Amino acid sequence: MYHKTLSYRIFSIFNNVFLTIISVLCLLPMYHLLMVSMSSSAPANAGLVTFWPIGFTLEAYAQTFKNANFLASLWVSVQRTIIGTGLALIVNTIAAYALSKETRVFRARNIYLWYFVFTMLFTGGLIPGYILILKLGLMNNLMALILPGLVAVFNIILLLNFFRGVPKDLEEAAFIDGAGQFRTFFSIYLPLSMPVIATVSLFIMVGHWNAYFDGMIYMKDAAKLPLASFMQTIIVKADMSSLDAAAIASLSQRTIRASQIFISALPILLVYPFLQRFFVTGIVVGAVKE
Amino acid sequence: MEAKTVQPVNLETSRTIKRKKSYKQPWVLHLMVLPAAILVFIFSYIPMSGIIMAFKDYKPALGIMDSPWVGLKHFRYMFENDYFMQIAWNTLFFACSKMVMNLIVPFLFALLLNEVRKMALKRTIQTLVYLPHFLSWVTLSGILIDMLAQTGIINQLISNVFGIKPIFFLGDGAWFRFTIIFSDVWKEFGFNTIIFLAALSGINPSLYEAAEVDGATRWKQTMHITIPSLIPIAIVIATLALGNVLNANFDQIFNLYSPLVYQQGDIIDTFVYREGLLSGQFSFATAVSLIKSVISLILIVISYRLAYKFAGYRIF
Repeated sequence: MYHKTLSYRIFSIFNNVFLTIISVLCLLPMYHLLMVSMSSSAPANAGLVTFWPIGFTLEAYAQTFKNANFLASLWVSVQRTIIGTGLALIVNTIAAYALSKETRVFRARNIYLWYFVFTMLFTGGLIPGYILILKLGLMNNLMALILPGLVAVFNIILLLNFFRGVPKDLEEAAFIDGAGQFRTFFSIYLPLSMPVIATVSLFIMVGHWNAYFDGMIYMKDAAKLPLASFMQTIIVKADMSSLDAAAIASLSQRTIRASQIFISALPILLVYPFLQRFFVTGIVVGAVKE
Repeated sequence: MEAKTVQPVNLETSRTIKRKKSYKQPWVLHLMVLPAAILVFIFSYIPMSGIIMAFKDYKPALGIMDSPWVGLKHFRYMFENDYFMQIAWNTLFFACSKMVMNLIVPFLFALLLNEVRKMALKRTIQTLVYLPHFLSWVTLSGILIDMLAQTGIINQLISNVFGIKPIFFLGDGAWFRFTIIFSDVWKEFGFNTIIFLAALSGINPSLYEAAEVDGATRWKQTMHITIPSLIPIAIVIATLALGNVLNANFDQIFNLYSPLVYQQGDIIDTFVYREGLLSGQFSFATAVSLIKSVISLILIVISYRLAYKFAGYRIF
């Protein structure tokens, strides 16, 4: 009945308005960037563009898609995201399935779990990891961006907690019908675990798309930089005045920079609404244990 | 697997064989863990052995094994260095401020969001506030550098409304600290509400019904039912965050800082990167990150013990 009182109604209106403003503030920077990218360069450089394009033009996008370095980087990012996510899903889900078995069935389970979890607690750090990639000869190789982070222990835990919630009767029925572990995994567990798999895929894909640091230190050729690393060099280094004159001239084009930032964020913006409903259920279910 | 090659003599026996095999085939389970175990060995455990570099003077030409031992030289140098003490303090400052803000803001936001009764509005708000979490710091720094520039939209707004001079958000130490903490909260608060919203939906509705019968206002219900129900999960989050007091977010600071703000903005991770990969001080950088890893390990173990003790929290 409280929501019928006058004071609660007034509160409710203010609350709705306040929360709407806050949530719009989460989108506004992206929106402003989009508007800058679609304006002519003179008003954009003068800082006149706010929430509407001035002198609407898509010239900046045309320029960006003519830039060979940008396109090469885009392709590297697409490759690492697809290959990286595919491999990671296979390796992590299969491992998580085995680790979701009870200790009675899989005696080494706890040893493996601690073996994995320890890597979450302690790492060798940046330098030994860098030297390892150097020694393995993976410098300038796409695999340097995929293999080191392939096993994500957090994802394994999320998956195994979900797998444990699958009713044991299903598994026993499958065994009685003569299915092996792999068959049970692929035919029973995978189809039942789509929400958590969607969640984990989202995390891995977003992680790959956004990762810039590994590309920056392991990729020596400009043509092999993933998009995030490419963006990092043009956005951030531009601010540190460590570039040659030609690069500075092209960077002064505020609209081009804005269009590149927007394109690099676009896949995230597109994939996000579809997977959003999965990740909330996935996180919540993965976190709830018996 | 073997059962498939055996020609079944009669149905009954073949089933029993298969059932036994599949139920008792831990070797298949070992096989399933193997790829992950090998990758972790190569990319996590081998680098761990590389930390012996911290006790040597690593020369790339000699390799890790043949480089000379120097004992605790790098550690002594580190603790006698005023600049290292400054970045250790900066790291703690950033990490703790973010931790506190990232607990309080999502908590309040979840409480307010819980009062929104129109489901469509509630869902729209959630969708919008989760979004920044998924954008990378590279993208966001691009946007922030653009918006916070001298001629950027924020400074234009400030000079138009308040008539004051443009602010050096990323060039002035104090403003830099403010920008870092504020932008981190802006990026993460929405995503951090998820866990509180889950806890809110788990509150037994009959508690509210009883309160209603007793004539409690919504404010009283919030104070005596909602907030007490959220306290346990808030304690778990705060405790687990303890393991992160040395993680000030490399990606954010690395993409926003500049030599102008090193004094107030440099942190351990960015320092390790510059010393190690840019200046080639491999051993010293390894020593610095080893100290950080060891302290973090101790804190994580303590925090998980506490979380388990007080709230029965376990990760698996």
